[in-house]
Amino acid sequence: MTRKQKRLAVIAGGMSFIIIAVFLVMFAFSQSVAYFFMPGDLATANLQPGTRIRLGGLVEDGSVKRGQGSTVSFTVTDGKATVPVSYTGILPDLFREGQGVVTEGSFDAATHAFVADSVLAKHDENYMPKEVADRLKKDGVWEDGTGKGMAPAKDGEGDKAGAKSGQVVGSTTP
Amino acid sequence: MIVEIGHFALVLALATAIIVSVLPLIGVHRRDASMMAVATTGSLVMFGLVALSFAALTWAYVVSDFSVKNVWENSHSLMPLIYKYSGVWGNHEGSMMLWLLILVFFSMLVAVFGRNIPETLKANVLAVQAWISLAFLLFILLTSNPFLRLDPAPAEGQDLNPILQDFGLAIHPPLLYLGYVGFSVCFSFAVAALMEGRIDAAWARWVRPWTLAAWTFLTAGIAMGSYWAYYELGWGGWWFWDPVENASFMPWLAGTALLHSALVMEKREALKIWTVLLAIMTFSLSLLGTFLVRSGVLTSVHAFATDPSRGIFILCILAIFIGGAFMLFAWRAPTLKAGGLFAPISREGSLVLNNLILTVSTATVLTGTLYPLVLETLTGEKISVGAPFFNMTFGLLMLPLLIAVPLGPMLAWKRADLYGALQRLWVFAGLALLLGLLLWYMQNGGPVLAIFGLAIGCWGMLGAIADLWYRGNFGKLPVMTSLRRLKGLPRSAWGTAFAHFGLGVTVVGIVAASAFSTEHVVEMKQGQTADAGGYSLTFDGFREAVGPNYTEERGHFTVRSGGAVVSDVWSSKRLYTARRMPTTEAGILTFGLSQLYVSLGDPMDGGGIVVRIWWKPMILCIWGGCLIMMVGGFVSLSDRRLRVGAPSRKAKPVKTVMEPAE
Repeated sequence: MTRKQKRLAVIAGGMSFIIIAVFLVMFAFSQSVAYFFMPGDLATANLQPGTRIRLGGLVEDGSVKRGQGSTVSFTVTDGKATVPVSYTGILPDLFREGQGVVTEGSFDAATHAFVADSVLAKHDENYMPKEVADRLKKDGVWEDGTGKGMAPAKDGEGDKAGAKSGQVVGSTTP
Repeated sequence: MIVEIGHFALVLALATAIIVSVLPLIGVHRRDASMMAVATTGSLVMFGLVALSFAALTWAYVVSDFSVKNVWENSHSLMPLIYKYSGVWGNHEGSMMLWLLILVFFSMLVAVFGRNIPETLKANVLAVQAWISLAFLLFILLTSNPFLRLDPAPAEGQDLNPILQDFGLAIHPPLLYLGYVGFSVCFSFAVAALMEGRIDAAWARWVRPWTLAAWTFLTAGIAMGSYWAYYELGWGGWWFWDPVENASFMPWLAGTALLHSALVMEKREALKIWTVLLAIMTFSLSLLGTFLVRSGVLTSVHAFATDPSRGIFILCILAIFIGGAFMLFAWRAPTLKAGGLFAPISREGSLVLNNLILTVSTATVLTGTLYPLVLETLTGEKISVGAPFFNMTFGLLMLPLLIAVPLGPMLAWKRADLYGALQRLWVFAGLALLLGLLLWYMQNGGPVLAIFGLAIGCWGMLGAIADLWYRGNFGKLPVMTSLRRLKGLPRSAWGTAFAHFGLGVTVVGIVAASAFSTEHVVEMKQGQTADAGGYSLTFDGFREAVGPNYTEERGHFTVRSGGAVVSDVWSSKRLYTARRMPTTEAGILTFGLSQLYVSLGDPMDGGGIVVRIWWKPMILCIWGGCLIMMVGGFVSLSDRRLRVGAPSRKAKPVKTVMEPAE
C-alpha cells in the first residue's frame, strides 16, 4: 500500500467507528428513552402498554397501601387525573404522602395498572423532583416557597403541598 | 472580624488576579523580564490570599458562627467536628471556594515547580490561569458570596444535609476537584502554546506530569464518590449514569485520551494539534461539569443551589473560555505543523485507536447527558436517559479498547508487527479465557456473556503482566537477570502496567457485580432468617440509639454460614433532628472481595420490617482496580524523566514565532 492508501484506510476505519457509534446512539435513544408524563397527560398520550415512561405527580393523601411482602400501591395525582401505581421494593427515605414523586415503569397490558420498577427521590428534605415541581408550578397547583436559605421555616409556604407537610408523613418516620 | 478579613482577602485576590491576567502578557510582548516575573509572584500572592479567605470561612464553621448566613444554612452546633470542617464545601458557596482554592493552588505549583519552563511560556500559562481565577473570583463575589452576614444572628444552624454528614465528604470533593481543576493547567499550557504559536516535544513533556497528576486525582475522586454513593444511599448501586456522575466521568475519559496522546507527542512529535485540542476539550468538559452541577439545571445531591443568576453566570464563563479557546485554536492551529510519520500498526497507531475510542465514547456520554436538557429547552418535552442507554452505547464502544489495551504497549514505535505481538500474547489470551471460565464457574451460573466480560478483564490484567514479562525477558534470561531488568525499567513503564492491570481488575469487578449479584427483598420479623450468597441472616430485632444530631433505630442481624455464626451486621434508619430528614444506613459485611449489603425498608403492621439484602460478589474489585490505576499514576509521576532532562528549548532563538515546517 502506498502512503496515501494507508492514510485513507486509517481515516475510513476511524470514520466507520464514528458512524457505528452514531447509529448505536440513535438506536439506544429509540430503545431506552423514557418520556415524562403527569396523570392528566395520559388521556391524550395514546401510549402502548409496555412502553417505559416516567410518571410524576403528587402522592395522593391516604392512598399508600401495603400489600403482600414488599409490594406497595399508591395513587399519583396532578389535580386533573389520578393513576394507581404498584411498586415492589423499598421506597426511598423521602417518599411521603402529599409530596411529589417520580416513578418509572410501564402500564401492564392485562390489568392497565401502572407497574413501577423505580421510585425516585431527591436527596433533600424539600422533597419535590424538578420535573414535577416545574409542571405543578406551571399549572398553579403548587408553589415553590421553600428554596433553601429563604427563611427559617423550611416548609409550610406552598399552598397545597406546604399545608400538608408535617402533618402526613408516610411510613418512613419511625 | 475574622470573617470580614476573609472577605477582604478574597477581594484582594481579585485585584491580584486582574494584575496577573494583564501584566505578564504585556511583559511577553515587550520582552520585559520583570513584568513577566509578576506572574510568578502574583500567583503566589493569589494563593496566599485565597488560602487566608478559605481559612476564615473554615474558622466560621468550626466555631459555629451562625451570624454568617452560609454557616447558619449548612451547619449545626452539635455536628461532629470533622463535619464542621468538611461542611465548609458541603454547600454551593463553600464548594466554589474549594474549587478556587485548588485552582490557585495549581497556579502556585506551576509558579514554584516550573523553573525549567521558558519564561515567556510560563508567563503566558500563569496569565491564562489568572483569567480562570478571575472569572471564578467574580462568580463567587457577585453571586455566591459565602461571607454574607445575618442580623440578628440565629441561635442555631439548620444542619448539613444528612447525606453529606459522612467521612466521604471530607475526601471525595477535594480529590475530585484536584482532578477536575488540575486539567486547568493543561488548558492553560495549550492556550499559551497557541498564543506563542509554537509547540514541540518539550511542551508535551511539561504538560504530561500535570495531566498525570490531575488524572490520578480524578480517578481517586470518582472511585471514592462511587463507593460513597454505594454505601450511603442504601440502593446497593455503585454507578447510576446520573448526569452529575457523567459530568465527572467525561473529563476523566478525555483526560485519559490526553494522557496517551501527550505520550505520542513527547516521544514522536506527532499528533500535536490533536493533543492541544484534547487539552482544551478536557478542561472544557470540567467546566461543563461545573456548570451542570452548580447551576441547578439538574436535580441531584450535588445541586445545592437553584438561583438562576448563578447558572447564567457559569454559562457565560463556559462560553467565554470554551469559545475563546476554540477560536484561538481555529486561528492558530494551522500554523502548528505536524511531524513524526508512523504506520497504522505501531505504538502510535494503537494510541490513536485509544484516542479515537475514548473521544467517541466521551461524545456518546455527552450526548446522553445533554440531550434531555437540550430537548427540554427546545421543545419543553421532558425525557430521561438512563442506564440502559449508556450501557448499550458506552459499554459496546469501550469493548474494542479493552481488547486492545494489552496489545498497545507490546507494539514498537513507528512500525510494528501485530502478528508478532499476538504471538507473544496468545498464551496470556488463553490463560485469560481460562481464568474467566474459572471465575464464572466459582460464581455458578450467570449469563454466558459474563464469561466473555470476565475474560476481557483478566486479559487486561494478564496483558499488563505480559508486558512486564517480556520487558524483563523472563524465560530467556536467568530469573535474577530478568528481575534486575525489571528493576531497571523506567517508572513510567511500571505506571502503565499498574494502570492497565487496574483497569482489568475494575472490569472484572463490574462484570461480576453486574452479572452475579443477587437481591432479596423480604419481610422479616424478629427471629426470622433469610438467605443470600450462601449465608443466612437472622434478624435479632431493633435497638434505639441516639447520635449527636440524630436518633436511629438499629436492626441487628446475625450472619451464619452452614449453621455456624460467621459475623453480625447492623443496619439502621436514622432521623436527623434539625431537618426531620430520614436516612438509611446500610449494613455492609465484607467477605474477601465480595460484600453482603443489608438495607432496611419500611416497618410493617405486624412488627416486621422490609429488608433488602444484596450479595455483591467481587464488587470491591471495582474500586480496588481504581486504586491500582491511581498507584500507576503516582508511580508514573515519580519517573525522573518527567522532571529532568527535558529537551532544552532556550537554545533555539526565542524570536521565531512559528516552527519551520517539517
